[in-house]
Amino acid sequence: MKRTNELIVGLAVMAVIIVITWGLFAVGENMPRGVTPFSQDVYQLHNTVLGIVTVIGVLVFTAMFTSIYLHRKSRGHEAAKFTHSTKAEIVWTAIPILILVVMAVPATRVLIDMEQTGGAEMNIKVTGYQWLWKYDYIEDGVSFYSALERQSNAARQIGSGINPREVENYLLEVDRRLVVPVNTRIRFLLTADDVIHSWWVPELGWKRDAIPGMVNEAWTYIMEEGVYRGQCAELCGKDHGFMPIVVEAVSREAYDAWVAEQRGEMAAAAHDSARLWTREELMDHGANIYQAQCAACHQADGSGLEPAFPALAGNDITTGTLEDYLKLVLDGRDGTAMAGFRDRLRPQDIAAALTYTRNAWGNETGDTVQPSAVAEFDQG
Amino acid sequence: MSEATTHHDDHHDHPKGLWRWVVTTNHKDIGTLYLLFSLVMFLIGGAMALVIRAELFAPGLQLVNPDFFNQMTTMHALVMIFGAVMPAFVGLANWMVPLMIGAPDMALPRMNNWSFWILPFAFTILLSTLFMPTGAPASGWTLYPPLSLQGGNSFAFVIFAIHLMGISSIMGAINIVATILNMRAPGMTLLRMPLFIWTWLITAFLLIAVMPVLAGAVTMLLTDRFFGTSFFNAAGGGDPVLYQHIFWFFGHPEVYIMILPAFGIVSEIIPTFSRKRLFGYTSMVYATASIAFLSFIVWAHHMFTVGMPLGAMLFFMYATMVIAVPTGVKIFNWIATMWRGSMTFETPMLFALGFVVMFTIGGLSGVMLAIVPADFQYHDSYFVVAHFHYVLVTGSVFAIMAGVYYWLPKWTGHMYDERLGKIHFWWSTVWVNVLFFPQHYLGLAGMPRRIPDYAVQFTEFNMISSIGGFMFGFGQLLFCYIIWKCARGGEPASARVWEGSRGLEWTVPSPAPHHTFDTPPVVDDSVAVHKDELT
Repeated sequence: MKRTNELIVGLAVMAVIIVITWGLFAVGENMPRGVTPFSQDVYQLHNTVLGIVTVIGVLVFTAMFTSIYLHRKSRGHEAAKFTHSTKAEIVWTAIPILILVVMAVPATRVLIDMEQTGGAEMNIKVTGYQWLWKYDYIEDGVSFYSALERQSNAARQIGSGINPREVENYLLEVDRRLVVPVNTRIRFLLTADDVIHSWWVPELGWKRDAIPGMVNEAWTYIMEEGVYRGQCAELCGKDHGFMPIVVEAVSREAYDAWVAEQRGEMAAAAHDSARLWTREELMDHGANIYQAQCAACHQADGSGLEPAFPALAGNDITTGTLEDYLKLVLDGRDGTAMAGFRDRLRPQDIAAALTYTRNAWGNETGDTVQPSAVAEFDQG
Repeated sequence: MSEATTHHDDHHDHPKGLWRWVVTTNHKDIGTLYLLFSLVMFLIGGAMALVIRAELFAPGLQLVNPDFFNQMTTMHALVMIFGAVMPAFVGLANWMVPLMIGAPDMALPRMNNWSFWILPFAFTILLSTLFMPTGAPASGWTLYPPLSLQGGNSFAFVIFAIHLMGISSIMGAINIVATILNMRAPGMTLLRMPLFIWTWLITAFLLIAVMPVLAGAVTMLLTDRFFGTSFFNAAGGGDPVLYQHIFWFFGHPEVYIMILPAFGIVSEIIPTFSRKRLFGYTSMVYATASIAFLSFIVWAHHMFTVGMPLGAMLFFMYATMVIAVPTGVKIFNWIATMWRGSMTFETPMLFALGFVVMFTIGGLSGVMLAIVPADFQYHDSYFVVAHFHYVLVTGSVFAIMAGVYYWLPKWTGHMYDERLGKIHFWWSTVWVNVLFFPQHYLGLAGMPRRIPDYAVQFTEFNMISSIGGFMFGFGQLLFCYIIWKCARGGEPASARVWEGSRGLEWTVPSPAPHHTFDTPPVVDDSVAVHKDELT
């Protein structure tokens, strides 16, 4: 009689718990399936493990709530006296071990697969900076920075008055996307220049830390053309939330065309670093560079965020001798977030940024800095 | 030793007023101080959490700038871990360990006073960094270099505060070990000790083992930041990942420091309100010891994305999964204790049952996090945030609240307001799930943790979570009111307090007099919480 009672109530309780669990799955979101063999393996693995732990949870809670319903004093239930059962304890030690083995086997297989980084058809070096990414296509010789796109950047300022809902892909769009070919085994080499970052695109199925002084490896093989978005996943300072990643996977032909276009632009840039620039060109380009590279800390209007990030408007170094200013910008300042920009920007970018900051927001040195001057200073 | 302590107190005239609390060496007074301190820190840390949830209510930055947001996440964690949860457990240990083992006081009463009184200074220093020009630490409570080394000079204050907290914890732990090992009443054999005593004994050893490791790690940060060393600076030949290994060698046992005493509390409460002895007492003790041992060999599961060799990842995955076995044993034993008992559902029992359910949810998501390939997705996402808040808030904090309701009548001599206690439980349980459950979804959908602003597709679940956060947070003011009301008066509590309670603490009157067990009680199976199963 007693056992039948426990069975009936147990089944009823289980039904209720299953409905609640089903509801929790129905309203929620799950991990994306992704577009690489690895991401789909991870997705399968995640669903398997989630299924197993859900069943365990349902059984445990069924036992508990059945007991709570039946074995209560208000129903006149008298307490039994048993305090242990070797048989039961062996069972509930052994069964979890078996379940863990069932989970560990596919997990091990998928992990071994992920760690085989050889056989890459192309290599991309990813470098994390505060707070943007640099991509170097090692074979194709293309190289560029990728930072939060301007509209998002404007909307995310406190009191911007711009509704983030009206910005397309708010916080998940960049100025220059990482373009890669589909159906190609791509190896990523990840590192960082200043602090630890972490490169994460959920649709690719993994994240990997980008650590200064270390090079981490990971690989992907994207099977579908499309745009895949992610962001930095390791706290890297104040703008950690504002360094997105956008991967654009295209056909092989489109990729080759894109590489050719990039090479043309880079050749033009090489020419630019040698020629003489007009003041207007420098101020224009400088404003762009400043917004992309400097404004996160020193603010769009040069007012800075004291005390960590000094104002450039009216700053003694900014408006002082060119040598001191150039040295600071090229080498950075130890013990602060001010990075050295020597390897980060081209001479014409630095020249333009310096010209701009020395002549904006009330700074009036009146001089211009030519790309050739930067290159000379650097060599001399 | 017990003779010396009682002798000393007999000749002491008791200072009155505030001074009494400053110079007290009485374990009950110090326990009260710890608990009140912890409550204050719980409210301060909670206020910081509300700043975080308010900013995350909608996309866009509305209230705080990103740097202050990072200060809030960092300080929220430091205050809650070192200021709220750990001192609460130490407070419970101070009050209850001597009462439960039949000792007149803690073994080292003066050190006990000192270990408490360091804390207010440590936290004054820590919190004062919020008002310094360079602000509070903003690199997360883990203080990973190189980011943490970019902080201003206030960083030195943070490190000093952490050192003080470590000294306090180590002294508290030594005191608890000395008390449990040396001052048990005759007949209180190790395998008759209440499980709360066992879990605290093991926790105290964990503290002694790992707090010095934390001290070493932060000292290296200090010298890297101010004295030109390069332990963690790659440019100087150091290794930023080394810090993570050292930190988590402290950090993972630290996680169990915050949950083992919770297991102990729940193991006291469930038998009382099931009117049945704890099921599988001996296996509970062994399970606790196994979890403590395993906690030393799983640290790198916090670092699966730093780029470790395959063999290392496999080892840490398997070791982590193994923890599920002893933890499962505990959960099954609690349910077997309830099974065919005669249960009633007073507030302590409600919180203990809430603990079992929601800690299990946190434990199951923990098993998922152990799976390395899947962790490449979960790591540093809101899924992790949901996981550790399930084990820390609905785990540790719920257990602390269960313990407070359970022993409050013993401390004050009055019953708390049962109706309000039940409201507090149901209110907290509903809203804490509204707060943390949606964060699982956010993490799976791709929202990283520690970001002040997010893409618009994360809006709905963040809003739900924030509403849960505010409701849960303000609900805790009711908890403060219930404690205050109970301290002021209420229905007188009997010595036994609960119908099904067993153990030495229920043999002394309520409220427990200033000095108890001047003459050690004799413990046999009729008084012991557990019959010695080995005989």
